[in-house]
Amino acid sequence: MKPIIKVENLSKQYRLGARKKRHSTLLDSLAAGFRAPFANFKNRARNDKNIFWALKDVSFEVMSGEVVGIIGRNGAGKSTLLKILSRITRPTAGEITLRGRVESLLEVGTGFHSELTGRENIFLNGAILGMRREEIARKFDEIVSFAEVEKFLDTPVKHYSSGMYVRLAFAVAAHLEPEILIVDEVLAVGDIEFQNKCLGKMDEVSKSGRTILFVSHQMGTIAQLCQRTILLERGAVAMNDKTSVVIEHYVNQNKTKDAFYAANEAAANREMYVESAAILNEDGGGQSSFRHDERVRVNIKCRTPRMFRGVELRMVVKDGRNITVFTADAELVSLRQNTEAFEVDFTIPAVTLRPNAYSLTFALFVPHQDIIELIEDVVHFSVFDSGTKYAQSEGLDYGLVFSPCETSVKTIA
Amino acid sequence: MAKEIEGTAEITRIKPGKSWLNFDLKDFWHYRELIYFLVWRDIKVRYKQTAIGIVWALLQPVLTTAIFTVIFTQFARFDSLDVPYPLFALSGLLIWIFVNSSITMAGNSLINNSNLVTKVYFPRLIVPISATLGGLVDFAFGFLILLGLMFYYGVSLSPQILLAPVFVGLAVLLAVSCGTFFATLNVRFRDVKYTLPFALQIWMFVSPIFYPSGVLSEKWRILLTLNPLTGILEGFRASLFGTAFDWFSIAISVGLTLLTASVALLVFTRMEDDFADFI
Repeated sequence: MKPIIKVENLSKQYRLGARKKRHSTLLDSLAAGFRAPFANFKNRARNDKNIFWALKDVSFEVMSGEVVGIIGRNGAGKSTLLKILSRITRPTAGEITLRGRVESLLEVGTGFHSELTGRENIFLNGAILGMRREEIARKFDEIVSFAEVEKFLDTPVKHYSSGMYVRLAFAVAAHLEPEILIVDEVLAVGDIEFQNKCLGKMDEVSKSGRTILFVSHQMGTIAQLCQRTILLERGAVAMNDKTSVVIEHYVNQNKTKDAFYAANEAAANREMYVESAAILNEDGGGQSSFRHDERVRVNIKCRTPRMFRGVELRMVVKDGRNITVFTADAELVSLRQNTEAFEVDFTIPAVTLRPNAYSLTFALFVPHQDIIELIEDVVHFSVFDSGTKYAQSEGLDYGLVFSPCETSVKTIA
Repeated sequence: MAKEIEGTAEITRIKPGKSWLNFDLKDFWHYRELIYFLVWRDIKVRYKQTAIGIVWALLQPVLTTAIFTVIFTQFARFDSLDVPYPLFALSGLLIWIFVNSSITMAGNSLINNSNLVTKVYFPRLIVPISATLGGLVDFAFGFLILLGLMFYYGVSLSPQILLAPVFVGLAVLLAVSCGTFFATLNVRFRDVKYTLPFALQIWMFVSPIFYPSGVLSEKWRILLTLNPLTGILEGFRASLFGTAFDWFSIAISVGLTLLTASVALLVFTRMEDDFADFI
């Protein structure tokens, strides 16, 4: 039997910086507009530095009736793969052969219009997803009862609660009947009850012999639905095996946490970004484990083609239970307007953090206006007790920080 | 994307490489109902939450006709008119308003529907086409007013009116083509959004909408004929009012319209695979 999905040496290249090009005058833009179809060709060969491979030589096969999970960190190429499989964008090299009608759900409620009623949106969304009008009409009642929106069918969806909106959107999508279904993370919506209902529906779809490719960050869902899972890393297939084996590998790999962060190539496309963040000891060497009475230095390097007025760099320190311990901000007012790169040092004083594991989140933002960059939980370090009296009863909750609380003891006469 | 049938399964091959004309007619046919739904959405949404709804579509041509009528019958006068001036102006304006608004809508359609373009597959050409067709509803309502006005002025219909749909069809094809072409450019160069209103305004002045081409000298009239709208406007009027057709300018219009359509289709099919990456 031939595989229903066959992906051979699939690669996708993006040219960075292409979007940033601005044309200063009308004449430029017109000229560039007419040249554009031909200009591509030359650019491609020239700027090797700006080339970023979102996918590189990806090959795999899926047999009819299989439910296959796709996992990987952000930027591993999952979305790009789905976009190519869904024919939204073309690969740069390689080939895919699909033997059956494909529907993809990269988002629920694509094309929903807030001014239209629930009834109208069911038809519109169905048509956008490739359903025929009579097919939608036939399934209409089923869709409505699945979404539990009977009473609000003739209300514009702008008056819907977000829960109702998502339920209706998913209900339309869930009633597609393709041979191959490609799903991206859309189950992470709605309340728990509805999520279970969606999972049940997916399970039902897969049992009816259809083939599903399913991308998710939720390992539990993947484990529940997929027999086989593909792990993508930096645009390549790192593992392609039984779900339990792949998930175990992936979870363990994520445990080795870095005390250093470096932006990936895609970041260079942004207007201002954190290029690297490192946790250093007093001597400036990299370190990831600190005594409670050591100072922890955090060094952040940023790049920007132009400074934003009023921008600040924020560091959020979270502990192992994901509780925010404190936040520190650096105002960047002292930097000149033409600064292209700058670094910020935060030093956490000794005897501040309790023994625990910590992660750092960084944000470049303009207060009350704009978040330019947000990178969450990117560097990790731990603090251990090198001999306080608390060490003897480790595990008890002594609070988040050592506080320099002043204490005075007196006998009352 | 080549499709073939092997056994019962429909096979889709996704490959890199662009060609100048990879238009998949079968695929387009499968999605034909989407055109209807998008047109229907645009019309519904356009007049939702407006107090007078579709009347807006009539106000623009009617008021503009009234203003032109005052100007060109009170302050200036055209001698070579075969019909009362309001009829002349309204017939031209209906075509122009349709062409103008369709090109504007279609030219911005891919960007306005970027949420669809980046999330779902369907033949992209559906987007500018449906944006254009939405304007036809407004045109139809305006046409009813024109018929009423013709009745009022006692202009009798001749069998030539059967040719009117041909000229409306040409106007649609011209609008779809220009709209599609600008929509394609607009994906990469947002300058189009700002250039378009300006270009359309110039186009209006060099088209015989509120003046007959007869007022121009021979030299300028030939230049005017090179405007694809000239033949369409004059042909539309001739078919409505039963006057003589200028086959020369109509032939030029047909030729230019077909040329525009071919160029637009070529450019569009060449670029459409990259839309999601650039929009």
